[in-house]
Parts: sequence; C-alpha cells; structure tokens
Amino acid sequence: MATTRILEGLGRFYIVLLLGFLYLPIIIMAAMSFNASPFYQLPFEWTTDWYQSLWQNDQLIAATWNSIEIAIITTLISTVLGSMASLALYRYEFRGKKVLQALLFPPIAIPWLITGTAMLIFFFGVGIGRGLIAILLGHVALALPYVIVVVSARLQTFAPELEEAARSLGANQWQVTMRVTLPWIMPGVIAGGLFAFAVSFDQFVVSYFLSTPGQTTLPVEIYAAIRKGFTPEINAVSTIIIVVSMALMLLTARFFKFGGEK
Amino acid sequence: MAGVQVANVSRSFGAHKALDDVSIDFADGGFYALLGPSGSGKTTLLRQIAGFDFPDSGRIAIGGESVERVPVEKRRIGMVFQNYALFPNMSVADNVAFGLSVRGEPKATIATEVQRALDLVQLGKLGGRKPHQLSGGQRQRVALARAIVTKPRVLLLDEPLGALDKALRVDMQIELKRIQREIGITTIFVTHDQEEALTMSDRIGILRDGRLVQEGPPEEIYDRPESEFAATFLGDANIFRGNATGSGIKLPDGTTIAASTGASVPAGAKASCAVRPERIRITTGAAKPDPANANMLRGQVSKRIFAGNNSTYFVDRDGQTLKVIVQNTGAERLAEGQPVVLSWSPDSTVLIAAA
Repeated sequence: MATTRILEGLGRFYIVLLLGFLYLPIIIMAAMSFNASPFYQLPFEWTTDWYQSLWQNDQLIAATWNSIEIAIITTLISTVLGSMASLALYRYEFRGKKVLQALLFPPIAIPWLITGTAMLIFFFGVGIGRGLIAILLGHVALALPYVIVVVSARLQTFAPELEEAARSLGANQWQVTMRVTLPWIMPGVIAGGLFAFAVSFDQFVVSYFLSTPGQTTLPVEIYAAIRKGFTPEINAVSTIIIVVSMALMLLTARFFKFGGEK
Repeated sequence: MAGVQVANVSRSFGAHKALDDVSIDFADGGFYALLGPSGSGKTTLLRQIAGFDFPDSGRIAIGGESVERVPVEKRRIGMVFQNYALFPNMSVADNVAFGLSVRGEPKATIATEVQRALDLVQLGKLGGRKPHQLSGGQRQRVALARAIVTKPRVLLLDEPLGALDKALRVDMQIELKRIQREIGITTIFVTHDQEEALTMSDRIGILRDGRLVQEGPPEEIYDRPESEFAATFLGDANIFRGNATGSGIKLPDGTTIAASTGASVPAGAKASCAVRPERIRITTGAAKPDPANANMLRGQVSKRIFAGNNSTYFVDRDGQTLKVIVQNTGAERLAEGQPVVLSWSPDSTVLIAAA
C-alpha cells in the first residue's frame, strides 16, 4: 500500500529528527573537544590538546575527584539505607506507615532550588555549614527516595511465600534476607544504586548552594569556569562525563527492567 | 517424627473468628486431610501448626512438646506450599539443600542427603536445573524433597495439588502417598477437594466457619455423617427433614423414614435423615413391600444425566428433588417424566440431630 509506505517514511524521518534534536548538540560538543580552534572555527583540525590541558587543570581535577568520591559514598549509604527501608516497608505493619510512604515521594517533585535553599538554612542552623560533608548529606537525602522507589518496585514482584518457605526450613531472619530476599531484589538494588550515583554525580543546584570555593563538585566547577570564560577544556570534560553517564544508564537498563522478571 | 495435638485453639483476625475452639489429635505417622470450603479456617489451622501465626488461646504440641509460642524456624516442620515457593535464584539441588545448609551441616552430608531426597521423588538427575526449567509436577516434587530432606517431625501440605491438571493430580496423589508411607512421617494436608481427601487420607477433619465439624476415618465420615453439612460436603446426600420418632423421622406430610444408624434423637425433636444417592433403588410400577428396603417413596423422574458407568436420576417428590445414582448394568434406562418408586434400607439411612 502506497499510503502505508509514505507513513512509514514519515515515521522514520520523525525518529531521525528526534534523535538529531537530542544528540546533535552533544555530538557537536564532543567533536569540538577534539578541534584545535578554541573558537569553534572550521575546518576541523584534530587535536587532543584540550584533554591534555584538562589534565593540568588542578581545580577541575580536584572537583572531579570530589564528585566521584561523593557520588560513590552517596551510592553506598543511600543504597544500603534505602534497601533496608524498602524491606521494612514491605515486611512490617506499623503505625504511620502510610504517612511515611506518602512523605517519601514529594522530595522527588520539590524543585532542587528550594530543597537546596532549605538545606543551606538547615545546615547553618545545626552548625554543619557548607562544604563537602554538607554536599554529601544533601546528596544522600536526594538519592534515598529514588532507591526506595526502585527497590520497592522490585519487591512488589517478590512472592512472600519464599520467605515463609525459607523460615519453615529453619532459616533465621538474617539467613532469609541474605539468601532468599536479597538475591531476588538485587537487580533493583543495583539499579537503585546507579540512580543514586547519577543523582549525586549530575547534581548541580543543591551542590552549588552547599559548596565553598575549594570544596566543590565538578558540575559547580564547570559552571564557575564557564562564567570566567569559555574554553574547549569544558567540552573535553563534558564529553568524558557524557560517556560515563551514558555507560551508567545503559548498565541501569541492563540490570533493571522496571519490575519485570529477570 | 511425632504426633501433633491441637487443643482448644482459637484465633481471631479483628472481629472475624478464623478458628473457634478447635481440638484435634494427629497420631504419629498418620495421613490427615483438613477439608473445608474456603474461609473455613483450614489454612489458618495449618499455619498455627506450622508456626507462621500464633493462636490467641489454646495449646499446640508436636511430639508432646508445647510449641504454640515457638516460631516456625524452630519447630522442625516441613511445609509444601500451594505454589511450591521454590527459590528462583537457586538450582533444584540448592533448593533441596537449603534447609541443611542454614543449619550448617557439612557439605558432604548435604550432597548425600540431597541426592537421596531427589532420588526419592524420582528427580535424581535434575539437580542442576533451575525451577523455571521444570514442569508443574516436577516443581511439586522438588518442593516435597526440600520439605522432607531435613527430616522434619511433621509434614504440612497446603493444597499442594491445587495447581496441577487432573491427570497429573492423580499421579501425584499416588506418589505423595507412596513417599509418605516410605518415610512414615505424620502428614497434615489441607484441601478443599473432597475426592482428594477421601482417597488419600487415613483420617479427615472437616472444618466450617472456624469450627471442627467432624473428624474420623473417611469411611466413617462418609457412612455416618453427624451433620447435614458433613453429609453434603463430603460426597452427595439426599436430606429429609422432619421430627424424630425414635426409630427415624416423620416428614411433614406424614411419611415415615426409618433410620438405623446415626445419632439418637428424642422423639418429637427436629431431626433429619441423610441417604447417599447410590444406596437408593429405583423401580417402576407397583412395588412390593421389601423388608430389606423398608423406606419407600413415590416420585417422578425429572432429569437423567448419563455418565458412562452410571446414570444420575433427579426424581421430583413433593417439591423436593432427590438424587439417585444407578450403575450401568445394562438394565433398561428410565425416561424423563416416568413415575417411579424409590426404596432403600434403614441401614443406609443416617439420623442427624438438628443443629
């Protein structure tokens, strides 16, 4: 049918347009990180100078390490706490459980600008102030609801009889959790951890509020650098981050098929 | 191995009385069926015996030891769940090994015991498979092997054959019975399938609304039901209601029905009689009084259902429809609308006191 073929062609064209819209700016940025001209001038001249000068930018490297450390610690803390919280919400009935569950979700929807302001005021009030510790605490608080949502979704597919069967065979609570429940929710725990890492590593707004000069993360440092004057070094570091983030997202998709069977 | 005593156990969930003063003795090595409609409390009772839930009051003992406050993991029971509940992340062998492994048994012992258990359920070669690679019947066997490998004191089965198709069910019934005999373990088996209860168990306990209605060997409950519920839930029965005469009952229209088994009910009190459909003789024309079949009623065939080896006749009689099952002996079949005489022996008639 002629009309079907026209529709199919239109559909393909639409997908190409969409992908172009999504990826063209990124591809240009990545290409420019390998271009010799600092002013985006063509013809394209291959160079890795910007990556080399990136290597000498101590401030940027320090901020990168801060970001990685904070992201890893945030991931560890929020994954463990979040998984434990999900298990508790799954297993036990207690007073105020519904309220607690309802209160877990709004932080995802509240603008980070407001969360950041609130945290800044709170941390000053309790004497923590600004700095890496404050950033870390802020990131854990931001990442926790994501972990709980993802792990709880996985737990919805868990058959409670499995825990009962394990107990009937003489397993104590610890053995039941480690040998039966945890293996089942593992894809969710890993996906939750990757989410937590992404939330922390990509975090700008809250980090900006809570950082001090010298104690800052990569996104904040990039923002500061751009304000001073744009250099292709930023293209280089952004390209690295994009590659790492996309790898993480692909891993997430691989481990977690959104509640489906493994 | 051990017997189980349940004494005066009650359990409520909110206002709902799931178990109401249930007492039942499960002797060592017996095969028991807990039979009842859904919501009768049979699964709740099994969960009390297993230790997943504790009774509000009453006593539960396994092998003479009080366990009503002992959690399931310390009761040394084996349980098979309706949907098998095999651990999906473990192989068949690891599933069976689980109970021994959490106890910290040496690896060599575990390997031998697991193989023995798998051989017993005839799955000796499938230890390396994952549960999702097995058929329903095979999963059932793995669940059974996993439950018995730890040498539990009692084996509890919660509608274990519910998810299997009919042919496989019959196979598994025979298989389950063979394994139970072989290891001689006290087995308590929850089912809503009366045929399964009749064919498999040494004793049956019938539950209704959280109460034990009757308990005893299948033959005894079938032949001498103590309530209309027991009579109609375990098998089919024709029920007549009237007033006791001392040797039977008198129906409202004056007909008397003689009963020589069942309860003794003082004359004049409300009572009923139960007669199994296969015990009734159906004849045409003028019937001669026959002392062996002293109970006699006239009626009219309203429907016949042919089932190969037998036929079920529905006979209308004074507003009541009676069921009669006749073996296919080659005798002439009766047409719908035909007037008939029903007769049966007082020995086949069970007198039941009104509830």
